[in-house]
Amino acid sequence: MASKADLKIALVGNPNSGKSTLFNLLTGLKQKTGNFPGVTVDKKSGSFKLPDGRIAELTDLPGTYSIYPKTLDEQIVQEVLLNQEHPQHPDALIVVADATNLKRNLLLFTQIRDLNIPCVLVLNMMDLAERKKLKFDLRSLSIDLGVKIVATNSHSGLGVETLKNILTQELRVPKKPFYPVRSLAEDTIDKIMSSFDIAEDYRAYQYAQQNVKLNFLSEEQRKQIEQIKSDTGFYDVPTQSQEVLGRYTLISETVDRNIKTNDVKELSLSQKADKIITHKFFGYAIFAAILLLIFQAIFAWSEWPMTFIEEIMAGFSSLVSEALPEGVVRDLLTDGIIAGLAGVVVFIPQIALLFGFISLLEESGYMSRAVFLMDRVMRAFGLNGKSVVPLVSGMACAIPAIMATRSIDSWKDRIITIFVTPFMSCSARLPVYTLLIALVVPEQEVLGFLNLQGLVLTALYLLGIIAAVLSAWVMKFILKTKQRGYFIMELPTYKVPQWKNVLLTIYEKSTTFVFEAGKVIVAISIILWVLASYGPGEDFDNAEQIVRSEMPSGTEEEIENAISAYELEHSYAGVFGKFIEPAIRPLGYDWKIGIALITSFAAREVFVGTISTIYSIGADEEDELTIKEKLSKEVDPRTGEKMYTPALGFSLMVFYAFAMQCMSTLAVVYRETKGWKWPLLQTIYMSAVAYLAAFVTYNIFS
Amino acid sequence: MKNVTHLKLHEKAVIKGFTDEVLSVKLMEMGCLPGTEISLELIAPWGDPIAIEVAGYQLSLRKSEASSILIED
Repeated sequence: MASKADLKIALVGNPNSGKSTLFNLLTGLKQKTGNFPGVTVDKKSGSFKLPDGRIAELTDLPGTYSIYPKTLDEQIVQEVLLNQEHPQHPDALIVVADATNLKRNLLLFTQIRDLNIPCVLVLNMMDLAERKKLKFDLRSLSIDLGVKIVATNSHSGLGVETLKNILTQELRVPKKPFYPVRSLAEDTIDKIMSSFDIAEDYRAYQYAQQNVKLNFLSEEQRKQIEQIKSDTGFYDVPTQSQEVLGRYTLISETVDRNIKTNDVKELSLSQKADKIITHKFFGYAIFAAILLLIFQAIFAWSEWPMTFIEEIMAGFSSLVSEALPEGVVRDLLTDGIIAGLAGVVVFIPQIALLFGFISLLEESGYMSRAVFLMDRVMRAFGLNGKSVVPLVSGMACAIPAIMATRSIDSWKDRIITIFVTPFMSCSARLPVYTLLIALVVPEQEVLGFLNLQGLVLTALYLLGIIAAVLSAWVMKFILKTKQRGYFIMELPTYKVPQWKNVLLTIYEKSTTFVFEAGKVIVAISIILWVLASYGPGEDFDNAEQIVRSEMPSGTEEEIENAISAYELEHSYAGVFGKFIEPAIRPLGYDWKIGIALITSFAAREVFVGTISTIYSIGADEEDELTIKEKLSKEVDPRTGEKMYTPALGFSLMVFYAFAMQCMSTLAVVYRETKGWKWPLLQTIYMSAVAYLAAFVTYNIFS
Repeated sequence: MKNVTHLKLHEKAVIKGFTDEVLSVKLMEMGCLPGTEISLELIAPWGDPIAIEVAGYQLSLRKSEASSILIED
């Protein structure tokens, strides 16, 4: 894409300035998410056609309030703008500013302008500014700032065509910097300019300010700058203070000269709404209702589209298996690849619903209020106000929940949230829980009105929440970070959400999941298929013969079921299940359950299907009653007594409550942390907790 | 010395200075400059965080951060 573009443009601006809306207006569906080289920050880029026929490649840089970065995302902005060799270093910049709050928005603009990259200033949200009765003298402001200005209203799309037209023209680079930074550190700037061959004062000054943070400088260059700084007596923070103060003074003068404000001091609608929304009772009640709605949506509303997708994939699978001759290729395609693909696309409804809601909450301005309400409570556990939505969503499905941690700026808080979210009992655990509860918990009333089975299920959900909260609390002390966490955050005014933005967010999140996490899921699915469909030695190959000779009588169905069970027993998964039997004995499990533990790594609910195959029940997974009846008759060959005792049942439930039995979660953690370190640590930790807890449970109940 | 956490709800004050240099730069970037008028607009249910009105918009911050903003008596 980069090679085809005639013009590289980057979009910068404050958070909440309508930057993303403008990006969506310019690029539409022609956008994609990638990575910035070498860092864990997503790169959103897209292309559009300029009126003169040239193609522009637009990169949406993360929102930031100044060129001095506080988070990893913001560091990208600085890196792209200061490193002239960076692949995304733009030919031109669009700086977006919120017209209703111009002074603060212009700070970033003046910093960027002084780097002498050709730029155009977009004054967005002009409609809101007019409602606030602000009067702009755009011509004069443009002369004072030394750049072209376009007024836009990204709700109506007004001004976007003008912006495109301006981009076709040669953008002037202002001759004089807006703020004379030279006066702050003349010697330092001169020395850096000559040593590094830099033409702009402010760029040289930024080298001095940020030498440790600029990744494109070599170790040697950083030391060289450090030397210049100590020779010339340059102190970062006090100079930065002076710079910010100096810039604001100039900005204030400029804005006051060109914009007439009408000082009508009345309680805005937003302020009135905040009284209720952050109220100590109504605030939490509203938030709880919204969380309940989101939970309900991912849990229940997603069911029919998921069933629909499953049916389509099953139909596709049988089409393929009819079209191809029996053999390895057919099995690999249907049971390996298509099954894996089905395991990927089936998550789309949940991801779409969760991100639809999140995007609505963010667009409307509610999200920052929810964070404001929850921050104090969550901080006690080492979490962040922004961890609430991912954690609650995790009770439906960890996949979209982990993707939703993206909004947490603090690296430490984000890692902790990702790490503990899979402890929340997701919907895939439900089939396992219900089968086991039906098997070992009698249906009876407690205290006259509570159902014992329901109580056990509730306890399992609570167990997940407790594990998540406790783990977060422990990690708060273990994880070290150099980054200083801030909570200094803008509470944007409430706005009507824009459907286009919501839909594009859903589209973007779904495609990112399918293409990035999907690869890992399909790969693991193929491995699991090989493990369960192939076996070492003759036992596996001659399963049919052996079973038929052992079972001379019996219906064809019984024989088929027995063959499947025999094959699974002698497959690699079966061999592996027997191999781990000594390790899982203390939990009360035999090799049959061992096999189910291995296969259900694909997804927890696979446990039910595997158990049904291995005991040659042959029942449909849906037919829980048959499975339950058969299992309750199973006898432990060692003791001669019932296999599925309450002790074993509870031990298994606890194991499934804690263990990381989900390859899709693993894949999505890999994708979100951009490496294998965290998914592996998480798997080890969760398995260890599951093992110990199951061990204790088994011994208490037996 | 009075700081922002000593303000009552909807009470106005003028920023005088800061006690934390690194934090002060971030706050100044957000428009909290010495001499600017602010007012305390929201207090979260557990008394923390809070939100102040500054430079025409609402800024939320934790009490620990707000206590670094000194105000004129």
